[in-house]
Amino acid sequence: MILKIEKDHQRFRQIVKGRIREDLRKFLTKGELIGKEGKHLISIPVRGVELPHFRYGDNSGGVGAGDGSEGDSVGKGRTQGGEESGQHIMEVDLTLDDLAEILAEELKLPRIEPKGKHRITTVRDKYSGIRRVGPESLRHFKRSFKEALKRQIMVGSYDPANPIIIPQKKDIRYRSWKEIKSPQSNAVIVFMMDVSGSMGEEQKELVRLESFWIDTWLRKNYEGIESRYIVHDVAAKEVDKQTFYHLREDGGTKISSAFRACKSLLDSHYQPEEWNIYLFHFSDGDNSSEADSRDCVRILREQLLPMCNMFGYCQVASAYGSGNFINVLHEHLRNHEKVLTSRVNSKDDIYDSIKTFFGKGH
Amino acid sequence: MSSHEIGPFPAELLAAKKQIRERARSYGLDFFPVIFEMCDYEQMNQVAAYGGFPQRYPHWRFGAEYERLRKQHFYGLGRIYEMVINNDPCYAYLQESNQLVDQKLVIAHVYGHADFFKNNLWFKQTNRKMMDEMANHSTRVRRHVEKKGFDTVEKFLDICLSVEDLIDPHSMFLQRGPMEPARLEPQREQALNKFKAKDYLDRYINPPELMEAQAKKERDQRAKMRHVSPVQPTRDVLLYILQHAQLDDWQVDCLSIIREEAYYFAPQGMTKIMNEGWASYWHSTLMTRHFVEACDIIDYADHHSGTVHMPPGSFNPYKIGLELFRDIEDRWNKGKFGKEFEESENLGEKNRWDKGLGQGRQKIFEVRRVYNDVNFIDEFMTADFIEKHKLYQYGRDAHTGQLRIISRDPQRIRQTLLYQLTNMGRPFIYVVDGNYANRGELYLAHQHNGQDIEIRYAVETLKNVYKLWQRPVHLQARIDDDMILFTFAGDQPKQQPIHDDLPKPAHLVS
Repeated sequence: MILKIEKDHQRFRQIVKGRIREDLRKFLTKGELIGKEGKHLISIPVRGVELPHFRYGDNSGGVGAGDGSEGDSVGKGRTQGGEESGQHIMEVDLTLDDLAEILAEELKLPRIEPKGKHRITTVRDKYSGIRRVGPESLRHFKRSFKEALKRQIMVGSYDPANPIIIPQKKDIRYRSWKEIKSPQSNAVIVFMMDVSGSMGEEQKELVRLESFWIDTWLRKNYEGIESRYIVHDVAAKEVDKQTFYHLREDGGTKISSAFRACKSLLDSHYQPEEWNIYLFHFSDGDNSSEADSRDCVRILREQLLPMCNMFGYCQVASAYGSGNFINVLHEHLRNHEKVLTSRVNSKDDIYDSIKTFFGKGH
Repeated sequence: MSSHEIGPFPAELLAAKKQIRERARSYGLDFFPVIFEMCDYEQMNQVAAYGGFPQRYPHWRFGAEYERLRKQHFYGLGRIYEMVINNDPCYAYLQESNQLVDQKLVIAHVYGHADFFKNNLWFKQTNRKMMDEMANHSTRVRRHVEKKGFDTVEKFLDICLSVEDLIDPHSMFLQRGPMEPARLEPQREQALNKFKAKDYLDRYINPPELMEAQAKKERDQRAKMRHVSPVQPTRDVLLYILQHAQLDDWQVDCLSIIREEAYYFAPQGMTKIMNEGWASYWHSTLMTRHFVEACDIIDYADHHSGTVHMPPGSFNPYKIGLELFRDIEDRWNKGKFGKEFEESENLGEKNRWDKGLGQGRQKIFEVRRVYNDVNFIDEFMTADFIEKHKLYQYGRDAHTGQLRIISRDPQRIRQTLLYQLTNMGRPFIYVVDGNYANRGELYLAHQHNGQDIEIRYAVETLKNVYKLWQRPVHLQARIDDDMILFTFAGDQPKQQPIHDDLPKPAHLVS
């Protein structure tokens, strides 16, 4: 059923999205957004979706009733929208899909073309549901009579002594089907992170934000997506998401260890014929030795790059270390189409970094 | 399926409706016919977002309201039990998922509202065919959208809605449709300061030269006023703009639609406490005396107490209105009013006071006819009432952000309420000059009643006024005891303290 208000509602949503787009740069750098990520919905504070009026200033006082003496607290009341006084702030729910769409429009990201042959989809119909509309051939007698009975009992026109049930049009139910798609283009993202001593809280926060947006965008493009996390210092291991963002170790850095771990992970679970593979590596670029860096390039070139859609290297600035690894990559793999690199020195760079990674639509 | 399909009205409810209606009539309630419609929660939310109407002009703010209601519904933060429209006949909506006892409660409540709409003086000027009128407005705006484009019309509506409250809801007899500018009647030429004197003394007591000088002054004054617009400060800013701004026909049409609807809704804002109180009084009276079955009493009590619940730090008009009506009824039944009662010093005697007048019912019917929230609270919220219901004044603690009880002084509590209710909590804005400094600029003034206006909002709103007026606009307002003139002329908003060198507007409002 289409309500008349639907148009106004859509227009309102459109305005809200527009407002979010204007503020996208700000949202991209807001850690709290990630915290608010629910199952499929996130709440976003939007300012200024309001018509101004002549009005009095902050007026949080009033009259209430109850016990208590002067000076007693009567609770928090409604909280007033913070930072900019007088600006009405409104929380709007968006799906991650909506958010990704806004991101795409603003960053002008092209839609990702999944790898060729995996786009074959099989669709199967399964009759599992009930609907209020449908063709007569699918009429469900039992359910229709049940509805009619319910209605008659409700309005009191059912007489158990003379149990006649007359279904009306709105009682009729129809069988309905669901389309079941067999797995389409699946994708896996492998996030690798350097957790050596030089990667502090600040760097982690940048990684966290960046990977959230990477995840959001890829999720928009693929039906099913899996995320795997690998951390490394001199040795690498696979961890869960929680550990990934909070683990901190001391010691040196051997990036090749992560690449090796990644390779074995892909080999055992993700065949490149069936999966679109995205690899992201976050580090401050302070690899322990030149030799290891050369090793990395070799693994990348010979093993990982042929398997994956893209390898993104994101170097975060750190107070320690040379940050040389990005130069190594530039030197050896500069023109490789699957290798993309970006430097993120502060939260403001995330915007451009995302653009670098996905601007070409791999 | 259309969005406004009316479900069949269950026989049981129909019977209940008839009984409640007749019973309400027997108590003296007098209402337009009420048409009840059943709807599901989505339709209910739509109707509520549209302010009770099945159709409105297209605008996103209804969508925003709808989103809010829907979210509130999904999160279980409250649902709408009832909606009723001031119209002849009244339309009321019942939510189909409610139980029978709830529906009865709502029906009784609705008859209370319907009686209030019909009889309260402040509703006398409202259009009783608003259902049709709203549909017309919707069509008219849609037509403008077709001609001018969606964005153009939406932008203009945004502007109009931003100033929609600049009307004069207190002038009950002002013509509310478009009209010719009114002029004051030319006064008879008379010497104002003429002393009474016998004929032969007249030219000594009222020297002709002096009389002539006075008359000339008077004539000059009037000549000057002839070029002054408005003739006196006017609160109906929208009307003034409609009559004097350079607007296109479609713009005039949109603005007058907004203005007309604002006038239609204003009395509901002005009588919120009374209206809800009156309806609650009647649902409570009718239900508890006649219509609650023994088996439903718990459910009834539960839902009734839900509607009149007043959580700490908030104000429930249902609760306060209901208690005030009950209090008035009790006082007039017992004769607890007037000089003798007020001056009695004996507390015990006052408590026991009962003259057996029995005028309570009569009094509350009279009150519902002539009062609005402001004078209702002012007159009937007595110190005793405030004490009995443990009312307090609260405010936000600047340090902790918590709401704290500031005072239990009846005078201050009443004052706080009156501040919030006067002009529906909005500032009084007047047009004091439509040709400021003889440059065709619009000069508005805020009448300061103890509270400053919010500058940010004022400036934003002023920009919208400018878009309507299309010449520079000014707003005079008192901020922190200084008179400030806000000006917007299309580029950067300006503000400056008002000093003697500035040209004076035609009238003074401060």
